[in-house]
Amino acid sequence: MDYIRNFPCISIILCLFAGIISSGLRGKTAMWVNTFLLIVNIVLSACTLTYTLTLNEPFVYVMGKFPAPWGNEIRAGVLEALTAFFFCVIMLLSMLGGKHKLADEVEEDKTYLYYVLTDLLLSSLLALIYTNDMFTAYVFVEINTIAACGLIMIRQNGRTIEAAVRYMIMSLLGSGMLLLGLCMLYDLTGHLLMSNMKEAVTMIVADGSYEIPLIVSIVLMSVGLCIKSALFPFHAWLPDAYGYSTASSAAMLSSLVSKGYIFLLIKIIYRVIGFDVYHDTHIIDVLFLFGLMGMIFGSLSAIKENDVRRMIAYSSVAQIGYIYMGFGMGTQAGMTASVFHILSHAATKSLLFIAAIGLTDVSGGSRKFIELTGSGYRHKWAGVTFTVGALSMVGVPLFSGFISKLLFAQAAVQNHTKMLPTLIVLGISTILNAIYFMKTVIRIYTPVGDAAYTSVTYKDIQSCAVVLVAFIVLNVILGISSQPVVDMIQQGLATFA
Amino acid sequence: MGPNLFTNYGEAVAMLLFGIGFGNLLLQSNLIKKIIGLNIMDTAIYLFLAEKGYITGRIAPIIVDGIQDMEHYINPIPSGLVLTGIVVSVSVSALMLSLTIRLYKRYHTLDLDEISKQLKKEGL
Repeated sequence: MDYIRNFPCISIILCLFAGIISSGLRGKTAMWVNTFLLIVNIVLSACTLTYTLTLNEPFVYVMGKFPAPWGNEIRAGVLEALTAFFFCVIMLLSMLGGKHKLADEVEEDKTYLYYVLTDLLLSSLLALIYTNDMFTAYVFVEINTIAACGLIMIRQNGRTIEAAVRYMIMSLLGSGMLLLGLCMLYDLTGHLLMSNMKEAVTMIVADGSYEIPLIVSIVLMSVGLCIKSALFPFHAWLPDAYGYSTASSAAMLSSLVSKGYIFLLIKIIYRVIGFDVYHDTHIIDVLFLFGLMGMIFGSLSAIKENDVRRMIAYSSVAQIGYIYMGFGMGTQAGMTASVFHILSHAATKSLLFIAAIGLTDVSGGSRKFIELTGSGYRHKWAGVTFTVGALSMVGVPLFSGFISKLLFAQAAVQNHTKMLPTLIVLGISTILNAIYFMKTVIRIYTPVGDAAYTSVTYKDIQSCAVVLVAFIVLNVILGISSQPVVDMIQQGLATFA
Repeated sequence: MGPNLFTNYGEAVAMLLFGIGFGNLLLQSNLIKKIIGLNIMDTAIYLFLAEKGYITGRIAPIIVDGIQDMEHYINPIPSGLVLTGIVVSVSVSALMLSLTIRLYKRYHTLDLDEISKQLKKEGL
């Protein structure tokens, strides 16, 4: 079974390689290469997951011939393999679900570029998940940003290009801060490998020297990654980028790209700085505060929105707030809830974006609420799927959103100082979520008298219907049998450092 | 703090430049000025790395006269990081410039706020 140790490295290289090959292929062939690549990656990460579960501890894969303090490493544990598996599954579903839309919105001779960018995006996400080297992480953060920018602007109109520029500006500010922070940390510790950095950081803290530079570098790295993952005050670019890009892009950007940065932040907290040191710097309280504010203000903006895609995008701001609130609690339980929410939000948000496309398609392409009236009857599959996503977001039992809210509430009860604000904001946010999601669900199931638009039948949308059902199944599985997943996350976090 | 600041003047300059670049990238509304800000910001980080990597009186670790002693050479890794960083920043600048060209062809202005106004008028 030891050959499975090669799988993380192979999956990253396969993605890069597929990207290179696809740049010389026609659109249709590139699509098959991409689908095949995603399926292979799902299998590889599933193997890695079972292997790490039996191994019960993470394994280290040395890249090149140089051992620990000098060389580059890949490190895979339960949490990494689980996240990689989920990301590949969600990416496959998002790509298949938005396929028919891609033909309308992207010029025919540029479709292959879309698949090149997707392959590169997957490679950078996997590298962010598996790498054990800070500078490699930085390089792949930049690859991720460039690929995501390409995914936004592949649909050529003024809005998307402007959104791409705004996205790039915010991302570059974030990665500049991340780079400066990690350069400072390198100067303090003399290492680039995460585990070696942590040893040096522990020594610095015990020594009491370089206290201020250490805090400055931690702040720079955290704020940089917060900007990149669109935590509340830095979310201005988000609604345009998610709202106007093509359907698969919006699904992948909201559910995977921002989560990749958050995963890197978890890695920094656990493996580079150390949970206790990070907790003592009080940056965690700032994250907590902004997380709470994001939960409320994101939902308020979503309520005001009159465009269904932008509404879902604003709801992402609120959900990112949940994740940072979990970080901010500073307990293992809070962290577990956050990681579960990363998975559950990824599954739900991509579902909502793909279902929203089905609904707008049967409403003459308009995304205004008034036009969506009765669209749930015209496109039954998308209507049901959207309802499931909305219920999950609100936190109704049976669906994944309920479990993450439950975990957040349980984590809050264990933390005495932060219990009250967390529970209050969780309650308010749930009500606000219910207001705008139920408003949409009622709207799409309000019957209209005269049939202005044609409805679709199963025959028109066979492949899309399969994807929508798969999304629902994924969501319900996460909602009903969440315990194995939560156990895996706990086991992964225990061996993550 | 005073004498420390003076001996490490290179790092201090790097931080100032980083601030200037960061402010320009964030606050300028002209896209070209934003890109210039981005480049100042990235270059400031490379200056910081180069300052940290260089030790006065030592040379690059290339063994020509048989000296194997570590005390004779500087640490080559920061220089390697600078090179990688330059590659990244060149590609990002190229992407930003190409986006700027696209926007300019469409709206005949480089002002991002002006472009947003025109977009609102289009009502897309």
